[in-house]
Amino acid sequence: MSIIAVIDYGMGNLRSVSKAIEHVAPGVDVRVTDDPSVVRDADRVVFPGQGAMPDCMRELRGRGLYQAVMDAACDKPFLGICIGLQMLFERSEEGDTPGLGILPGRVRRFAHEMVGDNGQKLKVPHMGWNEVEQRIEHPLWDGIAQNTRFYFVHSYYPDPENADLTAGISRYPGAFVCAAARGNLFAVQFHPEKSAAAGLKLLANFATWSPVASGLRATA
Amino acid sequence: MALAKRIIPCLDVTAGRVVKGVNFVGLRDAGDPVEIARRYDDQGADELTFLDITASSDDRDLILHIIESVAAQVFIPFTVGGGVRAVSDVQRLLNAGADKVSINTSAVHNPQLVADAAGRYGSQCIVVAIDAKRTPGTGPLRWEVYTHGGRKATGLDALEWGRKMQTLGAGEILLTSMDRDGTRVGFDIELTRAFSDALEIPVIASGGVGNLEHLADGVLQGRADAVLAASIFHYSEYTVRQAKEYMAGKGIEVRL
Repeated sequence: MSIIAVIDYGMGNLRSVSKAIEHVAPGVDVRVTDDPSVVRDADRVVFPGQGAMPDCMRELRGRGLYQAVMDAACDKPFLGICIGLQMLFERSEEGDTPGLGILPGRVRRFAHEMVGDNGQKLKVPHMGWNEVEQRIEHPLWDGIAQNTRFYFVHSYYPDPENADLTAGISRYPGAFVCAAARGNLFAVQFHPEKSAAAGLKLLANFATWSPVASGLRATA
Repeated sequence: MALAKRIIPCLDVTAGRVVKGVNFVGLRDAGDPVEIARRYDDQGADELTFLDITASSDDRDLILHIIESVAAQVFIPFTVGGGVRAVSDVQRLLNAGADKVSINTSAVHNPQLVADAAGRYGSQCIVVAIDAKRTPGTGPLRWEVYTHGGRKATGLDALEWGRKMQTLGAGEILLTSMDRDGTRVGFDIELTRAFSDALEIPVIASGGVGNLEHLADGVLQGRADAVLAASIFHYSEYTVRQAKEYMAGKGIEVRL
C-alpha cells in the first residue's frame, strides 16, 4: 500500500488535510506523523502549515523534522500547503524568518490599505474563495478548469525569484503567485483540503502523481 | 477576477443535534449535523458556522464528535463557536477538525484569551463574535457590546471593542446586530458599514436576514466581506445557490 506522510510539527489542525486525502485516495495509507523515519519511508509527502511562520520553523527544527523535510523535498512527490509553501522559500517578512531555502525567493506581506476595483477596502488576511489562473500545464491541475476558485486564508504570499517556478497566480488586487512547481515539488498558498470539489481533485491528482525527482539534493 | 463574498449558513447545535428546523427535501434526519452540512456544501455554501448552544457542560463534548464527522466528510471551511472559555477549548475544537473557533462572551471577560489563542494557533482560526446593540439617544450612532446571547450589557463601545480585538489578533469579526437578530427585516447596515470601514480584518454581517435582497444589501451597502444567515436557509425558503445567483445578478462577486 502506498504511503502518504502528512508532516505534523504541532501547528494545529491536520485532520482536514488527512481526511481529505483519505476521502479521494481510499487505497492510500495516510499517516499524520512527526517521525522522521516515517517521512523517509513514505512514497509521497504533504507539508501543511498554519499559524505564524516563525513558530512553524521553530517547531520543525525542534522536533527533529528539518532534515527529513529537506530530503523529501529533493526526491519525493512533495505538496506544500499554505505556510508549508511559504517555508520552502529563502526568507519571510513575517518576523524576518529564514525559510528552508529550497526555492529561491521571499515571502511578503500584503500591503495595508489596499483598495479593490470597486473602491472597497481589501481586508487582510486575504480570506475566502479566489480564482486561480493556471500558468503552466501540470499533472496536479488535471481536470481542474482555468480560473477555478480555491479557498485562501493568509496575510503573506510568496514572491519567487524565478518566474519559471510559477504554476498559478491569483489577484488581490495585484497578481501574486499562489502555486509554485519545480520537478517533484508542488506548493500552493490556498487550502485544497478546504476547497470543495476542485481541492479534492488536486489532492487526488497528487495521490497518483509520479514526477521525475529534481535531483537537487540539499545535503550529501 | 476578485475575491468572492462569502455566504455562510449558521447552524445551532445542542447536545450533538441541530436545532431550529432544517427543512431539506428528502432529508433522512433533520437533526443530523453531518447530513445538513453536506446539503449546504452541495448547494455551494462557502463556509459553515456551528454554534454550540448546549446548556449543560456534561454534553459539551458531543460537539467534538460532530466536528470530527463533519471534518471527515465536508471539505469546506467551518467555524465552531459557543462555550469557548480557554485556550484548551480552542485546542480541542481545532484538533477535532474545526478550521476556526469563534469566541464571544469569554473575550469580554478575558481579552487576553484572544491574544493567547491567536498567538498559539494563528489569527486565521480565531473569530471574535460581537453582539452589538444600538445605544438609544439622539447623538451620533453608537453600539454597545452585549454578552450571554444578548442578555447582558457590558458598557463597552462595540466599534472600539472591534478595534481592540483586531489588535489582539482576531482574524475576523462575526458581527451580530441584537436589534435585528430574529426580526427578518435586514441587517443593521449602519453597524455593518461602520465596522467594515473601520477594520482591516474581514467582517461577517449577521442578524436580521429575511430575504435575498438583505444579503445583497449587507455586501453592497454594509460592505461586509461575508454574510451569515440561518432561518432563510433552514426552512428552505431559499437555497444557498439561489442566494448566490441573486447576488451575482446585483454585480456581487460570488463563487458559483
